[in-house]
Amino acid sequence: MPTKPPLGSGITEWQVGAEVAKLNVNGRVVDIQVEEDTPLLWVLREQLGMTGTKYGCGVAQCGACTVHVDGAALRACAMPVSAFNEGQKIVTIEGLSPNSSHPIQQAWLALDVPQCGFCQSGMIMAASALLAANPKPTEAQIREEMTNICRCGTYNRVIAGIQRAAGIGTSG
Amino acid sequence: MNAITNPSRRGLLATVSSALGAFTFGFHAPLVKSAAAQGSAGVPEINVWVVVRPGDTVVIRIARSEMGQGTLTGLAQLVAEELECDWSKVTTEYPTPGQNLARNRAWGNMSTGGSRGIRDSHDYVRKGGAAARMMLVQAAANGWGVAAGECSAANSMITHGPSGRSTSFGAVAAAAARLTPPTDIPLKDPKNWKIAGKSIARLDTAEKLNGSQVYGMDLRLPGMLNAAIHACPVFGGKISAIDSKAAEAMPGVKHVLRVGDNAVAVVADTWWRAKKALDAVKITWDEGQHASASSAAFAEVIKAGLDAPEAAVGNRNGDARAALVGAAKRIEAVYGYPHQNHACMEVMNATALWTPERCEVWTPTQNGEAALAATAEAAGLPPARCEVHKIHLGGGFGRRGAVHDWVRQAVTIAKQIPGTPMKLIWSREEDMLQGRFHPVTMCKLQGGLDAQGNLVGLHMRISGQSIVAGIFPQNIRDGRDPVAFQGLNARGGEADIGYTIPNLLIDHAMRNPHVPPGFWRGVNLNQNAIYLECFMDELAHAAGKDPLAFRRALMGNHPRHLAVLNAVAERVGWGNTAAPINGQPVFRGLAQTHGFGSYVAACAEVSVSDTGDLKVHRIVAATDCGHAVNPQQIAMQVEGSFVYGLSAALHSECTVKNGRIEQANFDTYQVLRMDEMPKVETIILQSGGFWGGVGEPTIAVAAPAVLNAIFAATGKRVRDLPLKHADLRRA
Ligand code: FES
Ligand code: FES
Repeated sequence: MPTKPPLGSGITEWQVGAEVAKLNVNGRVVDIQVEEDTPLLWVLREQLGMTGTKYGCGVAQCGACTVHVDGAALRACAMPVSAFNEGQKIVTIEGLSPNSSHPIQQAWLALDVPQCGFCQSGMIMAASALLAANPKPTEAQIREEMTNICRCGTYNRVIAGIQRAAGIGTSG
Repeated sequence: MNAITNPSRRGLLATVSSALGAFTFGFHAPLVKSAAAQGSAGVPEINVWVVVRPGDTVVIRIARSEMGQGTLTGLAQLVAEELECDWSKVTTEYPTPGQNLARNRAWGNMSTGGSRGIRDSHDYVRKGGAAARMMLVQAAANGWGVAAGECSAANSMITHGPSGRSTSFGAVAAAAARLTPPTDIPLKDPKNWKIAGKSIARLDTAEKLNGSQVYGMDLRLPGMLNAAIHACPVFGGKISAIDSKAAEAMPGVKHVLRVGDNAVAVVADTWWRAKKALDAVKITWDEGQHASASSAAFAEVIKAGLDAPEAAVGNRNGDARAALVGAAKRIEAVYGYPHQNHACMEVMNATALWTPERCEVWTPTQNGEAALAATAEAAGLPPARCEVHKIHLGGGFGRRGAVHDWVRQAVTIAKQIPGTPMKLIWSREEDMLQGRFHPVTMCKLQGGLDAQGNLVGLHMRISGQSIVAGIFPQNIRDGRDPVAFQGLNARGGEADIGYTIPNLLIDHAMRNPHVPPGFWRGVNLNQNAIYLECFMDELAHAAGKDPLAFRRALMGNHPRHLAVLNAVAERVGWGNTAAPINGQPVFRGLAQTHGFGSYVAACAEVSVSDTGDLKVHRIVAATDCGHAVNPQQIAMQVEGSFVYGLSAALHSECTVKNGRIEQANFDTYQVLRMDEMPKVETIILQSGGFWGGVGEPTIAVAAPAVLNAIFAATGKRVRDLPLKHADLRRA
């Protein structure tokens, strides 16, 4: 019988099948206790209390759950926690920057990009990963790479925000 | 290429660790700013709209719901304008529905739908701001022993002109709160606005940039459990049997419950565990009388309605039938519009805490008062012993307004676990299958032209679903749904037809399927504008006339409709050939309508490749909403409206098979994404003199402008949506 670890926030009981994982989230290594098929999204939201990462579809369609793993955008709803180890650096919207100082966050503020805002954590994480990989994307590249859904319809301001953060003018 | 990369899956998790203390994740109370009746933080309110704290912070109360449309900022601008306060010190808070009830609806209607946030409350919120300013000024004047008329307010300061003395709002707020409110409250001429009417940045952006904005789904209460739910996917069906043995043995599961007679919920410590266990519950449904219903079968019912002798008349003048018989040329077409889901990015959710004495609910809602009524009913308690805390909405679009089915469910579950806060979150699949859908309709249009190509008669027969019949059946009079004719009404309302047609008949044969309808952003204006504006194009073509010139000839008595149409035509240079893009010729289409009190028009520029691929390059849109409170927010609503409208035009539909909706997630309910988003140019006409809504009307012109441009490009009339089913290769 393995030693039962203390319970994390949200989890009220340890049961067979619940394992413990170490994750590196926003620069800190945390131990979490959860069934191994639990999607990373729900570990972030329910075990770690980081609710900035959103559930929108659960099937890797909408991008509301986008986080960075070793700098690349990843849809956390479709990846089981067992796919990660503590050597991988997971960054959520809460850890993107101190004081919302990332150029994408600053551009978003300047252009009033969000409407309801529910998709925006994912948008910002996808956009910041895009710029990390491609600091001067063309508009066509932005449109192609940014596949997140926004039902309020902020797309044109998202494009303008990425261009502003990249220091390139809008084209028309 | 998709930017998303997934790391490779690794095997089992790390071995047991004993240290779990890296973070402390205490429960946090809901971050809901709630207005106490006596003012926030013990500071007395000046009136129900305004609290001034000692440090001069001005708290403006917002009764309507903010769901992304910017109404919170706009309403605050209107109050601040009259209050003459320092905008940089403005914060907002929501009064609760329970407080509104207890104070005899001091904040008026809390319903946030029909693009009414500003247009229905501008008068009393501005008066609230003005009255508070008058009381602050009076309090300062009393303190100085001078006449209030010698004092003025600006930027949260009150100055006595003759002596030059001044004081701050905060310093006199307590005294002002004790004064008798004025009854004669003059308002500023909008021409003199300094805060309202300006493209001021939203008040609610910062928290949406770092994950700190709390949506209903994010709420946590001490000791809270989580629930996942599955209702019978066939509307009207019931639970026949439940086998929950396997689910009950799963980790974290506390209860497997019946919710009414048609839904099963699993309550667990976390939502993910509840959801997984719910999937393991074996439910046998009694699917009821609609078990074999289908969209195809219902289409036959609607089709029959197109020629049915009985129909409710919405607009009539002259004798359209006779004019059609006598016309030199007669054109006929049948259009259709499918069911749609609101598909808010945040799925339905509510947190409820029930005890025998009291019930509290925390939920994103467009109508706190309706949510309170639903709570009280489901709780079996009087409304005075219930409360609803409005949480920021992750989209609403009409889904979170009229019907609070998810709130009833949450309370019904909470009632079975008294004293335990319980958060119900729908899965996306549940949200898609249990929607309140955009009504399904068809329209047969018959138009008659004389020998000169003038329109002499028009008959529009709409057949299909009525939202009002499904939600407020008491408002159906003599079989007539008053909302069915949005954008087609005779003059004098908020949604009037923009053409004078000598012989006109617009009627509606109501045919209701078992799929529950809802007010879907834009409501009935959406399909009505497609029907009328596409057929106007067909008539112009049959008359051998330019679509703009053909419309203009009928719009002499409708100057505001005409002004927005002219504005877009002028901006695009209608009549000139558009410059090709990437070697593809570009074609244009027009549409205009009137709805929610505003006049809107659009010109779409599209190209269609030889293989039939559609590209919408640019849309120029014009809105005349009378008074524009925040032009940038209006532009954002116009841009967003095209996303919503083009999603429906290009991709989205909900179809029914075996009594249930077939599209369960965004893989099958497809929506517009960034790669297809056209450029949008927004022209805001501020003709003044009236207050129109801006969140919805533009959706209605998205589809017809694109469909008319497609005809210009291909010679093909697409009369059924979504466009993904159409073969657009040139005829
Ligand atoms: S929630 Fe992960 S992609 Fe939609
Ligand atoms: S801002 Fe509301 S879904 Fe994107």
